[in-house]
Amino acid sequence: MFKSLAPPEYIADIDREKCIRCKRCIQNCGWSVYSWGGDKVLINTSKCVKCLRCYHYCPEEAITIVDNPTRFKSNAYWSFNNIRNLKRQAETGGMPLTGMGSDQKYPILFDSLLIDACQVTNPSIDPLREPMELRTYLGKKPSALSIEKGKDGKARLNGKMPPQIALKLPLVFGPMSYGSISLNAQKVLARTAKECGILMNTGEGGLHEDLLPYRSNIVVQVASGRFGVNPDYLNAGVAVEIKIGQGAKPGIGGHLPGEKIPLDVARTRMIPVGTDAISPAPQHDIYSIEDLRQLIYAIKEATNYKPVSVKIAAVHNVAAIASGVVRAGADIVYIDGFRGGTGAAPSIIRDHLGIPIEHALAAVDDRLRQEGIRNEASIIAAGGIRSSADAAKAIALGADAVAIATAALITMGCTTCGKCYTGNCSWGITTQRPELTARLDPEVYAERLINLVHAWEHELKEILGALGINAIESLRGNRERLRGVGLDAQTLDILGVKPAGR
Amino acid sequence: MFEINATGAYYRDLNSQVREAVEKGEKEITLKGVNGQYYIGDGLRGNAQITIEGVPGNDLAAFMDGPTIRVKSNAQDNLCNTMNGGKVIIEGNAGDVLGYGMRGGKLHVRGDVGYRVGIHMKGLKKQAPTIVVGGTAGDFFGEYMAGGVLILLGLDEKETRPIVGDYLGTGMHGGAIYVRGEVDKNLCGAEVGVLETDEDDAKVLKEALADYCKDFGLKLEDIMKKPFKKLVPVSSRPYGNLYAY
Repeated sequence: MFKSLAPPEYIADIDREKCIRCKRCIQNCGWSVYSWGGDKVLINTSKCVKCLRCYHYCPEEAITIVDNPTRFKSNAYWSFNNIRNLKRQAETGGMPLTGMGSDQKYPILFDSLLIDACQVTNPSIDPLREPMELRTYLGKKPSALSIEKGKDGKARLNGKMPPQIALKLPLVFGPMSYGSISLNAQKVLARTAKECGILMNTGEGGLHEDLLPYRSNIVVQVASGRFGVNPDYLNAGVAVEIKIGQGAKPGIGGHLPGEKIPLDVARTRMIPVGTDAISPAPQHDIYSIEDLRQLIYAIKEATNYKPVSVKIAAVHNVAAIASGVVRAGADIVYIDGFRGGTGAAPSIIRDHLGIPIEHALAAVDDRLRQEGIRNEASIIAAGGIRSSADAAKAIALGADAVAIATAALITMGCTTCGKCYTGNCSWGITTQRPELTARLDPEVYAERLINLVHAWEHELKEILGALGINAIESLRGNRERLRGVGLDAQTLDILGVKPAGR
Repeated sequence: MFEINATGAYYRDLNSQVREAVEKGEKEITLKGVNGQYYIGDGLRGNAQITIEGVPGNDLAAFMDGPTIRVKSNAQDNLCNTMNGGKVIIEGNAGDVLGYGMRGGKLHVRGDVGYRVGIHMKGLKKQAPTIVVGGTAGDFFGEYMAGGVLILLGLDEKETRPIVGDYLGTGMHGGAIYVRGEVDKNLCGAEVGVLETDEDDAKVLKEALADYCKDFGLKLEDIMKKPFKKLVPVSSRPYGNLYAY
């Protein structure tokens, strides 16, 4: 076999003076970059993905990982990755896979939006000393309230309120299945969700029994593969989500490689060990909005009318699709933008299909308002929310809440190396190899994720305080408090946002 | 026997009546005058015997786990959607997408079925679903199948319709499909191989078909006279080499 013409992306190097031959790098690397050569550690740098596990666990700081300085001739048009993928395709005939959200140079509208603040004429609020409300209710809201006075003289709501899910702050964790991530990673999400009063989402891989104690903070997902779906499962969480699409790979299905299907995952999904878990893009019982309605209500019938969320990818016609989804009876519309993450997607799909969440969100919120049905469903915006500022901007554009997934994994050690599909994650997140998953102590890492959620909570309150408002509800869909910098007139029009200076 | 008059009933009311009857411990329930109501038996548990007179609507026995439903006439689409346990018996024909993602229990259809029957069926050791179709089936029979058993009998030989449509077992990666008579390899997905049945298969078939015959008053010997072909996945990873790692 001849040497691959796709040069390694990274160079792993050990300072031999500092190395004490403790072999921790060998133990820690999930990709087998290091091996023992009898008297020293050998390095196979072509396997390195720069996840930095070895670097962090080297007691002598002897390891350095650098981008391979030997690159193809630099060229503004033919990028390194472009050429590298061509070489890989020439060698394998396959579609290069990738993980995480798209890292390509498309405009990031979040970075061209700025939030307003109060000065002199309208007072800001000090969130450290004044109450600040982040509580968010997900679910259908009635278009009108009828209130009557009871015999005791107290006001009472006439009729029944549709079911609502209370969140302590407008944040949920995006769906990541058992199989795509480890059970320990799911436990980190579940513990955090419970502690912080938010939600985690099982993804489409079924519900492992270890997560049952967290059921009041879990959304269970039903996708085309119907993995692990039974009446107990549907009733296990606070809501059920139908997955239609994913921002990282709109229009194509899920495909969990056989490497990530050991016995326990196979058991939860009820498929053979080591096969590829296939969940094709179309759910073959949903070819229309009417069919979607049929599944939504089949689930509602089976769960005594729990809220049903429908997750769609942001695509060109997303506003009309979302309108159909709401009319089909969804309580929540989860929109996943172009930058949304994935455990495995062909890079050609991830980097070239769909639209960003900023455009999609503004378009959907506009459309639902125009049609007078915005109250019929809550909107969760997802797909590349990197910070509480992104979250605040998304809420101002019209989201009820935002979902994060990659940001949550980063607290568990993820460095966005993008090799989730290999099942070799050295941090024990996107792997099922027991020696790797054992590293991710749910208790220890939940503490870090809880810290993140608390930090965002404080930041959101500070932003609200600066805006001079004391409830997240006042920011929701409040595009007047956003300004665009360096955006063209049409983009501003789509976003419904004025340019800075106006 | 407990009787519910379904004439003109809204599906939600009808289903809550059925649920209430089951919860009260009724063991034999008959629904009369059913006319297209959706979701009958949706998510229903227990071991009640439910008889349906009239044609039930889509998603009959979706997510059901335990009861037995006998339909005295034809049925529509999406029966036994992700059904977990129990049994559904259809005395007439049934429509498309039956047993989608089915995880357990049985579906016995005496007549013909439509497209995409038994797709995404799952199975784990003893917890495995069985679908037996007495007549013919449309395209995509057993597509993406991951477990369980699909049996197609073609009992009422008709010249107008072949026993099975195109794309048989496409994307299959688990479970087994049995077809009574010959299988045209050109109709099969690339992911399946056609095999002769052996003694173990005969055991599986006899067990499943004895129960089927009991439901419809048929004779097992008559059915077993004609040999079966077995379809199984040729690879556990049909799309394993589609990607560059």
